[in-house]
Amino acid sequence: MSGHESNYTPNSAFERWLDKRLPIIRFANDTAISFPTPKNLNYWYVFGGILAVCLAIQIITGVILAMHYEASVDGAFASVERIMRDVPFGWLLRYIHANGASMFFLAVYLHMFRGLYYGSYKAPREVLWILGCIIYLLMMATAFLGYMLPWGQMSYHGANVITGLFGAIPLVGESLQTWILGGPSIGNQTLQRFFSLHYLLPFMIAAVVILHIWALHVPGNNNPTGVEVQDVEKDTVPFHPYYTVKDGFAIAVFLIMFAVFVFYAPTVLGHADNYVEANPLVTPSHIVPEWYMLPFYAILRAITFDIGPIDAKLLGVIFMFAAIAILFVVPWLDTSKVKSMRYRPVARQFFLGFVAVCLLLGWCGAANPDDAVIPALRGEASLVVTYTDAAGAVASATYAGGDEAYEAAEAFMATLPATAGASLEAVPAPTFLFRHLSLILTFMYFGYFVLLFFLGLSEKTKPLPESIHKSVLKAHKPKTGTAVPAE
Amino acid sequence: MTAETTHPNTETVDDDRRNFIHIATGAVALGGAGMFAWAAVDQWSPAADTKAASSLDVDVSKVPMGGEIRVLIGGKPFFIRHRTEAEISAAETVNLAALPDPETDADRLRAKADGTFNKTILVTSGSCTHLGCVPVGPAQGNTGDFGGWYCPCHGSHYDTSGRIRKGPAPKNLPVPNYRWVSDSVVNISL
Repeated sequence: MSGHESNYTPNSAFERWLDKRLPIIRFANDTAISFPTPKNLNYWYVFGGILAVCLAIQIITGVILAMHYEASVDGAFASVERIMRDVPFGWLLRYIHANGASMFFLAVYLHMFRGLYYGSYKAPREVLWILGCIIYLLMMATAFLGYMLPWGQMSYHGANVITGLFGAIPLVGESLQTWILGGPSIGNQTLQRFFSLHYLLPFMIAAVVILHIWALHVPGNNNPTGVEVQDVEKDTVPFHPYYTVKDGFAIAVFLIMFAVFVFYAPTVLGHADNYVEANPLVTPSHIVPEWYMLPFYAILRAITFDIGPIDAKLLGVIFMFAAIAILFVVPWLDTSKVKSMRYRPVARQFFLGFVAVCLLLGWCGAANPDDAVIPALRGEASLVVTYTDAAGAVASATYAGGDEAYEAAEAFMATLPATAGASLEAVPAPTFLFRHLSLILTFMYFGYFVLLFFLGLSEKTKPLPESIHKSVLKAHKPKTGTAVPAE
Repeated sequence: MTAETTHPNTETVDDDRRNFIHIATGAVALGGAGMFAWAAVDQWSPAADTKAASSLDVDVSKVPMGGEIRVLIGGKPFFIRHRTEAEISAAETVNLAALPDPETDADRLRAKADGTFNKTILVTSGSCTHLGCVPVGPAQGNTGDFGGWYCPCHGSHYDTSGRIRKGPAPKNLPVPNYRWVSDSVVNISL
């Protein structure tokens, strides 16, 4: 809560001297020590602190890695290998940085789901939420730029796919793509500008984080009840030691998990293809982004139909960007006056469904779009002979079932004249493909936000607690009867 | 002296003069920022040396029958394929109405200096028109359902004329700007 009265008393002559000139200790005290914080925050509220730690880890390890990295198409891959093999502790710093990106996204997704669940985007915290969305966008841009730097196969071809998205924009797309790449294709100039921006963006993230915290400290934290603080005495506790300790404990647990990845499975979240140096002439058989981009990648690929003059490619791009853009307007899409899903039993079910949709979209993004979702349900492939019949039209004959089908198809082809140009191909049995699942999930993803709009107008919510401290007291009702001490 | 008021101990304020100075100063600052923005934006465009490296002579006589070679020009991949008789006839006998992006095989070839065509050599761009992956071809052992190329990224199938037949790609593999320098050499430029 901005404007909460400062309780800082400068104790030494130096502090008094400094306080009159730059009241920085007072600022730190009011922001991180005495800041009144709702007393009922649960462990879903620790990710802000964890994210601050993630950003610091990425900046520190990144600045060090930049001292050893060479941003050129001839030297980039080798310099990364040199960091891994020759630079003292280079392997550690790079593995921390690479896995740190994944940890950063893991924490940010939990942080965002927390905000969506407890309605933290609603008045008076819309600007706070939007700043968070900007941070998330910057994070994705930074991660994408950084992923190109090792100059592996996945780096190169992933960047090719993503920059190709800009080519889908009508009229200006191609010149925009050329401008972004600085040439007809990804080259040395592209790598250098990506490196420069990859170094710049984290500091822009840090700047927006400051605004994000500022916007948080104006209305103060939301809390699991969604009921605003009414009585600072009864409803809040000072940030220190209550939340410094709680956040500190969560950070320690998070860092243990982080360390498990860094030391025991440092490459499990990456792709083996990225340890092959980039080759523009060979595309990896299966291009996939890092896990944290997969849901959006699935949405991009889900659209395989045209709508009017907009072709499937552009439509996929539009849907993918819309999936992120829609987050910016959530404060106005959700019409419910009740913030927390705790008191919105219907919306709560849909929220849990939304989380499942996001996870399933990630699964689709990792899969080949033409693979069967449940391979066991897929029937046998059939053989199709395509030929030109006597009338000159294209005809086909289908043969299903095992070896006999092949023999029958061969026998049929032998009866056709040579001019028929018969060809034989195996056509997989139609089944439910990842492409279809992605499309359904894409509509469910957007459907959730549409639903928030209509649900808020009509749903019956549970009664809200009168205040934060009353809800806390109610949750810890003294047990009736006398407690029997253990022997 | 209409817009000026005089008091013994205060300066006179001429609002017109102030406005002029504000607008003039603002205009110079904005103009300067705009011009710098131009430089800052345009430095990202392809540099002169990048643009200069944009054409290549390729000896097509070295391409094995039924196979292809791949060349990079300015970092962009191109396919030069030596087609078999069967592949040429497959490309020519296709029902155009059934194609997503109808083009005859002849549309996709360029005449030699004497006006004749060399149907055995097909030159196309090597980036899938979907999202720019490089499709696989005969050398990688997968030519897709139509004998041309297959893009492993999102499953686009191209035929032996480089035309899109199946999958998400909207267009045929573009035929680059090229000309026959001699019977065995083509010059491809971006």
